[in-house]
Amino acid sequence: MLKDLRPAVSLLVVMTVLTGLVYPLTVTGLAGLLFPWQAAGSLVERGGTTVGSTLIAQPFTRPDHLQPRPSAAGEGYDAASSGASNLGPTSKALVERVAARVAALRAANPDSPGVVPAELVTASGSGLDPHLSPATALWQAPRIAKARGLPLDTVRAVIERHTEGRQWGLLGEPRVNVLLVNLELDGLAPAGGLARIGQ
Amino acid sequence: MDAAGLLQILVFLALLVALTPLLGGFMARALSGERTLLTPALGPAERGLCRLCGIRPDEEQHWTGYALSLLAFNLLGFLLLYAILRAQAWLPLNPAGLPAVPADLAFNTAVSFMTNTNWQAYGGETTLSHFSQMAGLTVQNFLSSATGIAVLAALVRGFARRSSPTIGNFHSDLIRIVLYVLLPLALVSALVLVWQGVPQTLLAHVDATTVEGGRQVIAQGPVASQVAIKQLGSNGGGFFSINSAHPYENPTPVSNLVEMLFILMIAAALTDSFGRMVGDRRQGWALFAAMAVVLVAGIAVAWWAEAQPNPAFAALGVDPAGGNLEGKEMRFGVVNSALWAVATTAASNGSVNAMHDSFMPLGGLVALVNMLLGEVIFGGVGTGLYGMLLFVIVTVFIAGLMVGRTPEYLGKKIEAREVTLAVLAVLVTPVGVLGLGSLAAVLPVGLASVQDGGPHGLTEILYAYASATGNNGSAFGGYGANTLYQNSVLGLAMLIGRFLVIIPALAVAGSLAAKRAVPASAGTFPTHGALFVGLLVGVILIVGGLTFFPVLALGPVAEQLLLGTGTLF
Repeated sequence: MLKDLRPAVSLLVVMTVLTGLVYPLTVTGLAGLLFPWQAAGSLVERGGTTVGSTLIAQPFTRPDHLQPRPSAAGEGYDAASSGASNLGPTSKALVERVAARVAALRAANPDSPGVVPAELVTASGSGLDPHLSPATALWQAPRIAKARGLPLDTVRAVIERHTEGRQWGLLGEPRVNVLLVNLELDGLAPAGGLARIGQ
Repeated sequence: MDAAGLLQILVFLALLVALTPLLGGFMARALSGERTLLTPALGPAERGLCRLCGIRPDEEQHWTGYALSLLAFNLLGFLLLYAILRAQAWLPLNPAGLPAVPADLAFNTAVSFMTNTNWQAYGGETTLSHFSQMAGLTVQNFLSSATGIAVLAALVRGFARRSSPTIGNFHSDLIRIVLYVLLPLALVSALVLVWQGVPQTLLAHVDATTVEGGRQVIAQGPVASQVAIKQLGSNGGGFFSINSAHPYENPTPVSNLVEMLFILMIAAALTDSFGRMVGDRRQGWALFAAMAVVLVAGIAVAWWAEAQPNPAFAALGVDPAGGNLEGKEMRFGVVNSALWAVATTAASNGSVNAMHDSFMPLGGLVALVNMLLGEVIFGGVGTGLYGMLLFVIVTVFIAGLMVGRTPEYLGKKIEAREVTLAVLAVLVTPVGVLGLGSLAAVLPVGLASVQDGGPHGLTEILYAYASATGNNGSAFGGYGANTLYQNSVLGLAMLIGRFLVIIPALAVAGSLAAKRAVPASAGTFPTHGALFVGLLVGVILIVGGLTFFPVLALGPVAEQLLLGTGTLF
């Protein structure tokens, strides 16, 4: 055992330096060089102020904004403490939460057609899901149009402009980025693109 | 369940099959100490490291020496990680000013990473400094996975060698695995992940003023470098609490595909490395087939289960079309969440991109069964295949009993010693899950951790102990695991699940290596055909089924039957 100790100790020290410092710092250096915007967290700014990240959901409660999925991260959309409800399918607490969300959505969206989309009454996995499915985003369009006094088609066009298909035409699900839609709705972002920090 | 979903599953499986011989061949050469593509660049580094550490690669070890080196190295790794976590308040790269990790949580986390479990009793962004994540967790991500592959390499040498007293050199194996396999793969894949949007920075937080005027503190860090190796090395411990469901750990469907492939890639490729190293690649593909059969069946069941809406929601006027979306992310949808859940529990990886606690009962059942079968459906890197080879020993023994012949495998007689050791290792899962798990189900101090009522609560307990014993690390996240009791007992489950399999596996390696080869005869049972694959799958399912069916009936099966009856807890 003692004979083993010298190589074991030196190997552990060497490996800690190699995989714990050299490796992550090399990745940090290369990432900053090759993909500076992504490496810094895909941040978006407006007039010199960081308004958030395109990858991280933030709370939107005003009726004239597209609203994201419910969040169980911290007190809601806490990007320093990701979290989910973790309630099981036969949980009374879960069904009660869903019932409350259904009632609130019905009241806030009297002109929206049909049943309430499931993703708007269920908390996301991370509590920071930045996306909605296109159908669910469009479901909210009547409320947004009314609150802004805009024609419904204008709001729908903004949502459709920010709809991404399956990645590489194949992977994942079609989706709409809530933050990008709202920035354009506010007329704060020029149609051509957003100010990306670091580029 | 639609064509687009099916296509994504088929693409994933096709890539996995295609990568197996490519990476398998490379790893076989690296593990045998032969020349590889990377030797010109890394050979000098390898020799330098060996000299620096006083390691002589040609100094081969008996299995007991190999086991002692392994245990000493793992013990030191545990102590170092524990010390880093306890001292993180005084160490550098702690921009958020996080305090020291409490003793019980530090013990649990250090055991968890040393045993390749990566159970998350800790909350990444709220508990750990960048230094702890990099020099602590990331290091053990490399070393624990390399340890698993080293044990496999030793066991494969046991089959391949004739009348040999030794099974390799642990330190030299470890260096080769880290240098030639893990580091290059991790470096490239970390950059791919950054390209897709995973951050890699030494900043702690970004302060944002949201569009509606609120304040949002967005945690950042060296995420990509850790996510790459946690996926590759079947580790699974996230940078963030919520693991790969977090958009920063897994921002796009492409990053999701890459991370899912990483979960299974090395474990799958090692079946081919095994085939090459024992000189008959069909043997490797037979084990691949046995694993793939169970994997595909699991994917089918889990996908179907998660595509169902929760019947309790339909009555409230919720659209049933989307399936079960609680705890899932929209960029992945139901199909990628189900696929990931099956892959990560088959592989003892334990990272998650959706919350298993909120899965439908049958979806959770699939994840649970994958772990209860002993983490041999591809399993962890190295660990899955040495676990599978122990099941192979049990299988050829049973086949031998059926025809009345001394069992053989790959030209080695399988005798009482090997069968006894294999059965001991197979019994570890039931002891950890049913033994320690039932304590947690009756002691008030254990029961306090249960979140949900009814059968789902029992499933939470079962899942935690299956995950810890199987060194998986995924969780039913509602289970309150960060208590003194759970941190200690789950830590114990991880230790027995890891080392009480490694030691028998190395003992089998030593015992086989010392044997002479028996030439194949007309009476030798071929172990590369469909009959053997069927028998092997049968043995795995029967052992798992007989052991765990009663408790599964009380947990997920009962919950599935209650679903739709309006019974809530």
